[in-house]
Amino acid sequence: MTTETENIESLVNRRYEHGFVTDIDSDSLPPGLDEDVVRAISARKEEPEFMLEWRLRAYRLWLEMREPTWAHVHYPPIDFNEISYFSAPKSDKDRPKSLDEVDPKLLETYDKLGIPLHERARLAGVAVDAVFDSVSVATTFKEKLSEAGVIFCSFSEAVKNHPELVQKYLGTVVPQRDNFYAALNSAVFSDGSFVYVPKGVRCPMELSTYFRINAANTGQFERTLIVADEGSHVSYLEGCTAPMRDENQLHAAVVELVALEGAEIKYSTVQNWYPGDENGKGGIFNFVTKRGDCRGANSKISWTQVETGSAITWKYPSCILRGDNSVGEFYSVAVANNFQQADTGTKMIHIGRNTRSTIVSKGISAGRAQNAYRGLVRVMPQARDARNHTQCDSLLIGKDCGAHTFPYMEIKNPSARVEHEATTSKISANQLFYCRQRGISEQGSLQGITHGICRRSAESAQRQPRRRRRLGTVNA
Amino acid sequence: MLEIKDLKASTGDTPILNGLSLTVKAGEVHAIMGPNGSGKSTLAQVIAGHEDYVVTEGSVEYKGRDLLELAPEERAREGIFLGFQYPVEIPGVNNAYLLKAALNAKRKHHGVDEVDAFEFLKLAREKMALLGMDPKFLNRGVNEGFSGGEKKRNEILQLAMLEPELAILDETDSGLDIDALKAVAQGVNALRSPDRAIVLVTHYQRLLDYVEPDVVHVLSGGKILRSGDKSLALELEEKGYDWVREAANA
Repeated sequence: MTTETENIESLVNRRYEHGFVTDIDSDSLPPGLDEDVVRAISARKEEPEFMLEWRLRAYRLWLEMREPTWAHVHYPPIDFNEISYFSAPKSDKDRPKSLDEVDPKLLETYDKLGIPLHERARLAGVAVDAVFDSVSVATTFKEKLSEAGVIFCSFSEAVKNHPELVQKYLGTVVPQRDNFYAALNSAVFSDGSFVYVPKGVRCPMELSTYFRINAANTGQFERTLIVADEGSHVSYLEGCTAPMRDENQLHAAVVELVALEGAEIKYSTVQNWYPGDENGKGGIFNFVTKRGDCRGANSKISWTQVETGSAITWKYPSCILRGDNSVGEFYSVAVANNFQQADTGTKMIHIGRNTRSTIVSKGISAGRAQNAYRGLVRVMPQARDARNHTQCDSLLIGKDCGAHTFPYMEIKNPSARVEHEATTSKISANQLFYCRQRGISEQGSLQGITHGICRRSAESAQRQPRRRRRLGTVNA
Repeated sequence: MLEIKDLKASTGDTPILNGLSLTVKAGEVHAIMGPNGSGKSTLAQVIAGHEDYVVTEGSVEYKGRDLLELAPEERAREGIFLGFQYPVEIPGVNNAYLLKAALNAKRKHHGVDEVDAFEFLKLAREKMALLGMDPKFLNRGVNEGFSGGEKKRNEILQLAMLEPELAILDETDSGLDIDALKAVAQGVNALRSPDRAIVLVTHYQRLLDYVEPDVVHVLSGGKILRSGDKSLALELEEKGYDWVREAANA
């Protein structure tokens, strides 16, 4: 007889496959944070004076700030003095020029992760700027990109080689004082990616970076800046895995996107960090600030995210629709299981005329997970004829998990058209049992029931003409 | 076919079955009667493998195998069918889809070719005609918006399609009008055969007028207090359950 091993537990609860630690001699700073640590980081990275000053200003601002508590997540207090703020593979001084020079153990790690670095990268048509802990080790396809004039490098390299661009755009989307974690990141960020696409250039390939947290106890603070100059186009994919760890690991990244007139940036994230075990132990704390600025007219920024990892996720990729006719999009699928907590969503800030935004958020919760959508649509007084459509769907599996929706709307222009649709569906243990009692596997049952829910919501959307709500001026 | 020995089971911290033993042989029809809260439904759920009920002691053998080791879907494919007291609604999943998936899961398990859509429809229409059911049933969501009677008929349709070896019907007769009751009885009787067994869990003697049991058991406090032939059911109807309890305590 055939044994059905595919049950939900093994499906959703599949043990994290990427849990291993590579034994590379790390060159880490001792735990703790003060001005000297900030200076040490900057010195280690041989940064110009402006960068150090910028970090110190952020550090001083951070000291005055408090950890935010409004998110629908719960975790023990983080001792920021127990975290080491810098960790780099030891071979930092003589960095490898090609993959042959890369520490074989590092390559093994990539191998285990299945990162398409070597030939696989070419086949996949992907340029990988692999960030291992905090320092970029290898960047591929640089030549092809430079032919097109596209700059794609680690943030440290950008600070060295393109200081004028960094100085011009860094912190212009997410200011240092924006929030607690953004300030922390601004003070101690280790590395990240930098992209600049010149005027009128369509980036010839999908850019991709894999992040991986490796050294124990090292919070990683990436900083990513993508600038798309007038009429340019770029698509960027960020993917994440982290090794299995017992302590919670803090991750506070900042991503800034700038789209000038007529430019388009597509930013996709597949996040598969270690979420903690069945009992909620371990896992990554992910407090991220991601924001895009549609600075020029007719520009477009699109965020796509698939969230399956992290013990705690706190993340709101946002768009500032400053340019007239600019477009912001946010597409999100968040899956939370066991004790995972996700508080995620977006902000669409309409400033320019005739700006449009679309928000589609799908949340799936199982086990004891809590999944929250938190979204803000703000239409400023000068934003005439702004439009937004928001669709939030939540699916609950079992009775111990939760889905929460916190939509905020601040409409200050009467011509705005803002729509919000939300559905919550639930798969009960009894529905599953009913199907299984008829001989259908747990996985098959889950698929069938989910399919049914989707079908019903699609039908009801067709049946009713879309509910349109015209919201007047709200001075709340 | 089914051999239950000293079965103890609880849900949460509440013990419900307290050392229940029951033997059901192929070809037999058993009726399990008893007052509310006596453990009738729990017994049915435990046999089907519902995870809310934990077996703390005792054993359940089915066709010579340890039943408790098997997942609910494996038990179903091995021929156990539970007619639910409260059939669950599954919106958006149509009846035909569920039935076909269930039928093919079982066929695949037994190494028989899966039925295609045409064979399936032919078979389903036959069974529905026998049970006096409207073919439109197939295209409705599983139990979605069904009346109480429709839900129970739907259980019988599934029973007829899946042709289980051991069918346990948990109060399939309750809340039915006389026509629906007859349809249910017809479905059950059609299944009777020397290599199948049927366990009817019921409150009332009424169903037993149409489906004649070989053995009647009285369940109370999580144990079988008394077993007998069909006349026991009539006696119960007349004297009530207290009579059995008193007799057991005497």
